[in-house]
Amino acid sequence: MKTKVALTGNEAVAQAMKQINPDVVAAYPITPQTEIVQIFSSFVANGEVDTEFIAVESEHSAMSAAIGAAAGGARAMTATSSQGLALMFEVVYIAASMRLPIVFPVVNRALSGPINIHCDHSDAMGLRDSGVIQLFSENAQEAYDNMIQAVRIAEHPDVRLPVMVNMDGFITSHAMDVLEVLDDETVRNFVGTYVPEDYLLDAKNPISMGNFDMYDFYFEHKRQQVEAMKAAREIIKEVGKEFAKISGREYGLIEAYKLDDADVAVVVLNSAAGTAKGVADELRAKGIRAGVLKPRVYRPFPQDEIREALKGVKAVAVMDRAETFSTCGGPMFADIRNTLYDLKNDIKVVNYIYGLGGRDLRLEHVEQVFEDLENIRKTGRVDETVKYLGLRD
Amino acid sequence: MTPYNPFNRNFGSGTRTKAVRPDMKWHEMTRAGNIYEPGNANTYETGDWRSIRPVWNKERCINCLLCWRYCPDASVIAKEGKFETFDYKHCKGCGICAKVCPVNAIDMVPEEEIEKVKEANKDEN
Repeated sequence: MKTKVALTGNEAVAQAMKQINPDVVAAYPITPQTEIVQIFSSFVANGEVDTEFIAVESEHSAMSAAIGAAAGGARAMTATSSQGLALMFEVVYIAASMRLPIVFPVVNRALSGPINIHCDHSDAMGLRDSGVIQLFSENAQEAYDNMIQAVRIAEHPDVRLPVMVNMDGFITSHAMDVLEVLDDETVRNFVGTYVPEDYLLDAKNPISMGNFDMYDFYFEHKRQQVEAMKAAREIIKEVGKEFAKISGREYGLIEAYKLDDADVAVVVLNSAAGTAKGVADELRAKGIRAGVLKPRVYRPFPQDEIREALKGVKAVAVMDRAETFSTCGGPMFADIRNTLYDLKNDIKVVNYIYGLGGRDLRLEHVEQVFEDLENIRKTGRVDETVKYLGLRD
Repeated sequence: MTPYNPFNRNFGSGTRTKAVRPDMKWHEMTRAGNIYEPGNANTYETGDWRSIRPVWNKERCINCLLCWRYCPDASVIAKEGKFETFDYKHCKGCGICAKVCPVNAIDMVPEEEIEKVKEANKDEN
């Protein structure tokens, strides 16, 4: 049974967590994620879930406790944002390398400094190389759906990796949105009972986990993590198809919006994809063949799907809500340009850094991007590869 | 909790082999370096870390077995209260045995000299 409800992104994620009913949640509040933890702890207090809630003293401890619980054989979760994720940094790598299927929502917020609480993706991008799977959500519906699928992806025997579910701070987390939620039983059946293969509390099969691993085998274990990421590409698609059966909403690695015949395209993550799609529709009405590519999965990077989706496009703008300070553009720009290189199609790829620290992305901004792309397509000339959108300049 | 099913679909999952050996490929090793049996440090041969090796002098040895007590890697093998041999597969060449020996019955010899002697013996044969 499906019900249409009005929820904020945080409420939707907390609702998903309630329906998943994890064994352990260890979390610390941080804006704009606080509500997830706050609402979920009220579910715990009211006896609506069976979860052991650990109120820790920091995010470093939150992920550490989740790791301990997961290594012990529990379905464990945490949640964070920005500085919290930064404080968690070293432990996230450990969760990934120990192959623990911890699901954790990250409500994307700028990293200090200067101190700021609003949306950008610098927190998530800081952990793109940590070995966790990263899902991105355009709106509350996708955040809810991603949370439920994340459990199945993380716990799949071929994967066994943490999954970070991203959504935009305030824009998605705090805005009231209409979405369709599933009933508890459907979700419970979909996520199933967690059956850990290796866990410390298995008295009959003693095991030592998180062992010291020197130059003679560390490299091999990193290679295994890459293979698990490769497997995740397929598993994410399989889980997405299965999720369609209970929800009517199918998810793949990317969303290709009006790209089949597109001349110009924008690549963008999370909520800004909605803005870009709206602008693409307007421009199509004016005869410009505009399209949008929204990667739903950023790690593992869906290279084949992106290459296929963009192969016919003449000019692409990658929009990054994070800066790398390489002076050569944002993080996703490098990935997309790399992906298109082998096509040898001479697709012009440019980069726009936008929305840092919560700066609004307005329709005019995206219109400007498409206008620039049209000029590049017509002239074949790129004047500036990396530009800043909505900046005072 | 249902018992686990062994799986082999994905190399990244690793295996449940009892011990990791240097001749294994990456996909044959245990996932995440998990260890499934106790006491397996014995299978990890640390002898190749050694640059100097202890050599026993039978004439001088008084079989006090101080070396046996002090060896941090249990690499002095004794039999019936007497010195028997060194376990060169695990001895890291720290030299503690030579240091504590009251009669200087253990010499620390550089590995390259041992190699030279070996080569020389080969030539003679």
